[in-house]
Amino acid sequence: MDPKSWIRAKARISPYEAIFWIAAAVIPFVFFENYLSLAASVAVTALFCISLDMILGYAGIISLGHAAFFGIGAYTAGILSARGWGEPISGLLLAAAVTAAVGYIVSFMIVRVQHLALLMITLGLSFLLAELAISFDQFTGGSDGLQGIDTWKLLGIWKFSLWGHTAYAYALATLFVLFLLARRIVHSPFGLTLEAIRENPVRTTALGAPNHAHLRKIFTIAAAFAGVAGALLAQISETVSPEALGFQRSAEIAVMLILGGTGRLYGAILGAIIFMIARDQISGFYLQYWYFWIGLILILVVLFLPRGILGGLERLARLGRRA
Amino acid sequence: MSTLIAVLFDGFSYGMLLFLLSVGLSVTLGLMNFTNLAHGAFAMLGGYVTYALVESAGWPFLATLPLAFLATALIAAVFEAVLFRRIYKSGELNQVLLTIGVVFASYAVAAFFFGTVHHSVDLPDYLKGFVEIGDLKLPAYRIFLVIVALAVTAGLILFLEFTRFGAMVRAAVDNDKVAGGLGLNINAIFALTFALGSGLAGLGGALAIDILFIDPNFGFHILVPVLIVVSIGGLGSIWGSFLAAAALGIFDVAGKFLFPDFGPFLIYLFMVVILFFRPNGFFARR
Repeated sequence: MDPKSWIRAKARISPYEAIFWIAAAVIPFVFFENYLSLAASVAVTALFCISLDMILGYAGIISLGHAAFFGIGAYTAGILSARGWGEPISGLLLAAAVTAAVGYIVSFMIVRVQHLALLMITLGLSFLLAELAISFDQFTGGSDGLQGIDTWKLLGIWKFSLWGHTAYAYALATLFVLFLLARRIVHSPFGLTLEAIRENPVRTTALGAPNHAHLRKIFTIAAAFAGVAGALLAQISETVSPEALGFQRSAEIAVMLILGGTGRLYGAILGAIIFMIARDQISGFYLQYWYFWIGLILILVVLFLPRGILGGLERLARLGRRA
Repeated sequence: MSTLIAVLFDGFSYGMLLFLLSVGLSVTLGLMNFTNLAHGAFAMLGGYVTYALVESAGWPFLATLPLAFLATALIAAVFEAVLFRRIYKSGELNQVLLTIGVVFASYAVAAFFFGTVHHSVDLPDYLKGFVEIGDLKLPAYRIFLVIVALAVTAGLILFLEFTRFGAMVRAAVDNDKVAGGLGLNINAIFALTFALGSGLAGLGGALAIDILFIDPNFGFHILVPVLIVVSIGGLGSIWGSFLAAAALGIFDVAGKFLFPDFGPFLIYLFMVVILFFRPNGFFARR
């Protein structure tokens, strides 16, 4: 098979994918109307998770502070809206532009360092931003969070109501569009090169791939994705607090990604769905037990399911076919 | 003048606490490249051992300290043998995730046994109050803390420089493959070092109760300063950890006086800038 048709075959849309997206668009509206705002936050989280998957799953950049970009996006859209421009889609675009610019600057630091220094720089940057968000309280509302966000009607027609019909449709549509974009990126020669860099950077250098330029590019793109996710959350919930930038969120998103499976986009979505629904159902009772289960799941997944749920299912399917 | 000295001493003693909490991680990271984010959870364990013995069993505070060290070392050794040993070769991401998982679980376990509230211990009278030197008033407990930390530092350096086991550890940190090739049992050396380093964290956790309080979040909260010390000081370097811990402690306390709004911000900024130019920290042994 020549390379072009191999890539095309890899990128072909399978019927399962179509079924999944139709189900995502129909099931919550029809069967879980009371849970539409949860569904909207699942969609937002899935988008954020896809963003982490692009840098962690595909390019192999371990970040402990990815929520920094989520938070920047949230504050950008939130402040824009609180200052009197509540049109949602332009808010998303502005958030994407701002986070992409910050991500581009940060990416020059990221590609220079590895191991502990990489962990600490990503962690340090997110803490730094959280401190800034608390200090500049005339813009951000400080530790109380940003108040006064008013999201205008979507496309001038649909109002964001308490029930979350508009919110879910809006979040899902954004997720779908950006998912298609992410899918296009990871199935391109550029995406394949990223995977090669993750597996063996020395060899890709020898093959003539500009490692650092590629990594900077995907980091910038992923930052913009995270920014859009943050902006979505700000517009839907009409509030932003410094927790949007926090380590907790960075850690949780990594848990979801690992649970679903890295480097396959759908793993990110599946992880977000399972994690968010489980938290909604369990943490109502006792928060501390919830943390116990997260810890246990992380340990078990690392030890026994290193490619996540989807990776495990794929292996089962392969075993079944062989038997 | 005496206020300045008192502030500096406060910072230095906090730095010494950080040193106790982080030196074990520095050595084990340098030895095995095992990114152990659960180090803070072991520190928390030591803290709760002391708390439980003092408050429930009525032990004197000083007598609980060796036990905090031993219990933590023992449990860390179990974790190492059962859990961590399986992932030394399986990449940084897996190490980060599994050890973070341990921290999450430790939060829940601590909250289950001790509740989510802050705990402190009742210190013996001779560690309460102040010691007056001229017109200088220094807290007795912090003097005690500095003495313990300096004693531990001296002990560690003597141990590493002048014992046979210390020489093995140094050889393994410098180059584990060659050391293994010369017949050293790297895994056993690592297991023992890991237990000792975690034990020191446990001791640090016990000593931290009076300064930071102890609650189920301790494993998370202490992780960030500990990682800053380790990454700035450089992996595997005791002096590096010592200097970085002292500097961070002094800067943290002094920063609260000088720039109350921007103290933490400046610490993270310095860390990011330093790591950008010196990704291996200042005194890395490799």
